[in-house]
Amino acid sequence: MANVVTNDMSIVIGGDAGQGVESSGAGFCLSFARAGLHVFGMQDYRSRIRGGHNFYQIRLSTEPRLSHSNPVHLVLALTPETVQLHMDQLVEGGAVIFPEKFEVDPEPLKERGVRVDSLPLMRIAEEHGSKVMTNTAALGAAAGITEFPLEFMESVIRDNFAPKGQEIVDANIKVAQAAYDLAQQRYGSDFPYKLSPIKDAPKRMLINGNEALAMGALAGGCRFVAAYPMSPATSIIEWLAAVPHEYGVVTKHAEDEIAAACMVIGASFTGARAMTATSGGGFCLMVEAMGLAGMTEVPMVIVNSQRGGPSTGLPTRTEQSDLLFAINASQGEFPRIVTAPGTIEECFEAGWRAFNLAEKYQCPVVVMVDTFISSTLRTLEMDAIDFSTVEIDRGSTLTYEELDRLTDGYNRFQLTESGISPRAIPGHPSGVFAASSDEHDETGHITEEIENRRRMMRKRMRKLQEAEKEARPPDFYGPEEAETTLVCWGSTFGACKEAADDINAAGGSANVLRFLDLWPLSEEAAATALGRCRRTVAVEQNYTSQLAKLLRMTTGIRMDQTMNKYDGRPFAPEEIVAGLGKEVASGHAA
Amino acid sequence: MVTRLDPKLFDATTENTWCAGCGDFAILKALKLALADQNIEPHQVLAVSGIGCGSKLPDYMNINGYMTIHGRPLPVATAAKLANPDLHVIVVNGDGDSYGIGGNHFVQSCRRNPNITHIVENNQIYGLTKGQYSPTSDKGFVTTTSPDGSIELALNPLAVALAAGATFIARAFAGQPKPMAQMIAEGMQHRGYALIDVLQPCVTFNRVNTYDWYRKRVYDLQEEESYDPSDREAAWQKAQEWEERIPLGILYRAEGMPAYEDQVKALEGGSPVSRLTELVRNPRPEQYEPLKEEFL
Ligand SMILES: Cc1ncc(C[n+]2csc(CCOP(=O)(O)OP(=O)(O)O)c2C)c(N)n1
Ligand code: SF4
Ligand SMILES: [Mg+2]
Repeated sequence: MANVVTNDMSIVIGGDAGQGVESSGAGFCLSFARAGLHVFGMQDYRSRIRGGHNFYQIRLSTEPRLSHSNPVHLVLALTPETVQLHMDQLVEGGAVIFPEKFEVDPEPLKERGVRVDSLPLMRIAEEHGSKVMTNTAALGAAAGITEFPLEFMESVIRDNFAPKGQEIVDANIKVAQAAYDLAQQRYGSDFPYKLSPIKDAPKRMLINGNEALAMGALAGGCRFVAAYPMSPATSIIEWLAAVPHEYGVVTKHAEDEIAAACMVIGASFTGARAMTATSGGGFCLMVEAMGLAGMTEVPMVIVNSQRGGPSTGLPTRTEQSDLLFAINASQGEFPRIVTAPGTIEECFEAGWRAFNLAEKYQCPVVVMVDTFISSTLRTLEMDAIDFSTVEIDRGSTLTYEELDRLTDGYNRFQLTESGISPRAIPGHPSGVFAASSDEHDETGHITEEIENRRRMMRKRMRKLQEAEKEARPPDFYGPEEAETTLVCWGSTFGACKEAADDINAAGGSANVLRFLDLWPLSEEAAATALGRCRRTVAVEQNYTSQLAKLLRMTTGIRMDQTMNKYDGRPFAPEEIVAGLGKEVASGHAA
Repeated sequence: MVTRLDPKLFDATTENTWCAGCGDFAILKALKLALADQNIEPHQVLAVSGIGCGSKLPDYMNINGYMTIHGRPLPVATAAKLANPDLHVIVVNGDGDSYGIGGNHFVQSCRRNPNITHIVENNQIYGLTKGQYSPTSDKGFVTTTSPDGSIELALNPLAVALAAGATFIARAFAGQPKPMAQMIAEGMQHRGYALIDVLQPCVTFNRVNTYDWYRKRVYDLQEEESYDPSDREAAWQKAQEWEERIPLGILYRAEGMPAYEDQVKALEGGSPVSRLTELVRNPRPEQYEPLKEEFL
């Protein structure tokens, strides 16, 4: 028998939409998290309620991983299609398990040393519960094969099925147990990939990017959310709507994204911290309102969770194709801030930091995420979400007491060196003002006077220079000096990081240059960082290399290579390594 | 009796750009009267408008104002009120702004019932863009974008509001600012969304629906003793009147319906604005710790 590998494997559970792959996958992830393993759970589903292949790819390890990885060790196939689609990912010594309702030609897999087993999962489900519990049987079998103690699955079954009653809980546990026993019987200890609980591992959360972002926003004082449902952003507003009422989060499912954006502006104008979350199509509809916030200097936070475009595109799939759009959206010129967290921890931080930036610079802030980071589950240390690090900095927002002390009138759009004017919240006798989307003077009144226009344009644009000072410079991961630098932004960071690690481990030399704050972009900071690189490769989940374009526009520096993926499926580290060519990957001439 | 504020308190020093004789002047006057009559001070009000001649109104008044973008003041105002229910929030915009580009927000506001007052400067034309037909232009109305006469039926805002569930529906006429002020005040006192559609002659671009045209047709609903504004069926009948006789006054009023804000559970312990002010003083990060439980 091959060498046993413990706690380092990937499992795929796949089936038709409507077969419960999503909830089974998430539940399975949670049982591993409770056992102290590090989990990276990638969801892959189609934009339909029934039919079509859906899968969950769960990567388990003893150390944190920021990416999925292509090789798969165990496939739980609820449909023949699952086998077809994941066959090539299976490693030698791996296995495919499927229920008795269909057949699989085992030969091509056997040739590659993959074990193929039909198990009577449906019969087990029916015998101990009902047919809908076939998933539970498949998971039970997977636990049996990997010798992963069933108690962790049981605890998740108890929590997840409790609302359906004790009977359902008991039946599911019985089904899981029976499948577990059968699989053990069949495989004995013949399967080389094992999963074993880690003793004394700390408690960890299993959380996705949207949830972390929403929690960050809440902790940052966001108490007003308006949105219109759109994958993959919907779970942000859903999570905030489910927060207990004591926290006082007013959530409004608006009639459309235009209304949602305008509601955010209305709430913010009156002094709340307000946010909306959408995807590209909804962001398109918000663009005019974004200009309103820019012109009237109202803080505004928009989360754009990007999906495959254009138009309806690939509704449930990932892409990074709205970067230049976000930076340029809306007519005219005005300051805005665009930031893109690259990890789930950074999503939490982006959630609260966006409000500080928006209030400090009194402008729209766009937080760019995507399907991949929005919906991927990962285990996080409890203190990775540390509420005591959250700051609420309202910038030049005037308090009621400060307004009390105002004696000689108030100019909402007062010309200042930084361009930032003290901001009154309507409701105080000394702070009465009118704001207008038309060009206006310091008081807010409409005027088209030439000198005033020049002054006001310069005032607003000065805020961008201020914001640039605070923008985070790009950061390096990996060795300071490297032959190849992977240049990235947003969610591709995880795969780039692992690709660089793999290259370095194989004797090559690579590091990662990641841009978190994308606009305003400091020419100096970007040029300095790029100047340290020998050979740059922009890795982007889009067709046109938008970061590479932005960098060239800002610094004049051209990337040496661009690597693009626009099929809606996230980069795996192996794909990046392969895309660099053999020479780079191993450090040796091929 | 409480003292009444001086309406002059609401005068602004800005230059007014409306044409002499424009019906918007009467609306400006009526709004000042309504606020003075209710003893509401400039800092206690927020007037949100869109874009158009009429939408410039907040610029000509001493109150908190927000001139937003074309068609969008309703969602801005709805959220302003949700975020700070202490403010009196008024929307004031044109017929194109309200019923055309902002038509969906109008219908949604009727059924949503936010506690805001919506004054529509309905001149049956696009004024600021110099005379194109609007959603309320009568069929056959000739303008630069309808040289052969408009083909569409005019939208009936009162009937739409009624059908969509509005709880306060009134019509005023710019030739009669005092009753208009009364309607605005009653609309502001009404708990929930109050629509006051104002017949507002555009003396420059609408040569059909003039002061005279309206004067010949309007009558006061209150003069009909038997008219009961709580009767939805009766209101529906009255809402149909247009060509010969045009009713003015409160067409419909549903009492005792909760406003949107009254039903938002998250508002029970304070508004988003007051909660944020409190958080700045006392952030209490530990309050969020229990939220991590669901991820374990
Ligand atoms: C998105 C957008 N489209 C078009 C315009 C141009 N525009 C300005 S005002 C207006 C119509 C105004 O008509 P109405 O709302 O009835 O106001 P009035 O001028 O008659 O008071 C239009 C089309 C605009 N400002 N924004
Ligand atoms: S164009 Fe018409 S609506 Fe506009 S200000 Fe002149 S009269 Fe009034
Ligand atoms: Mg008009």
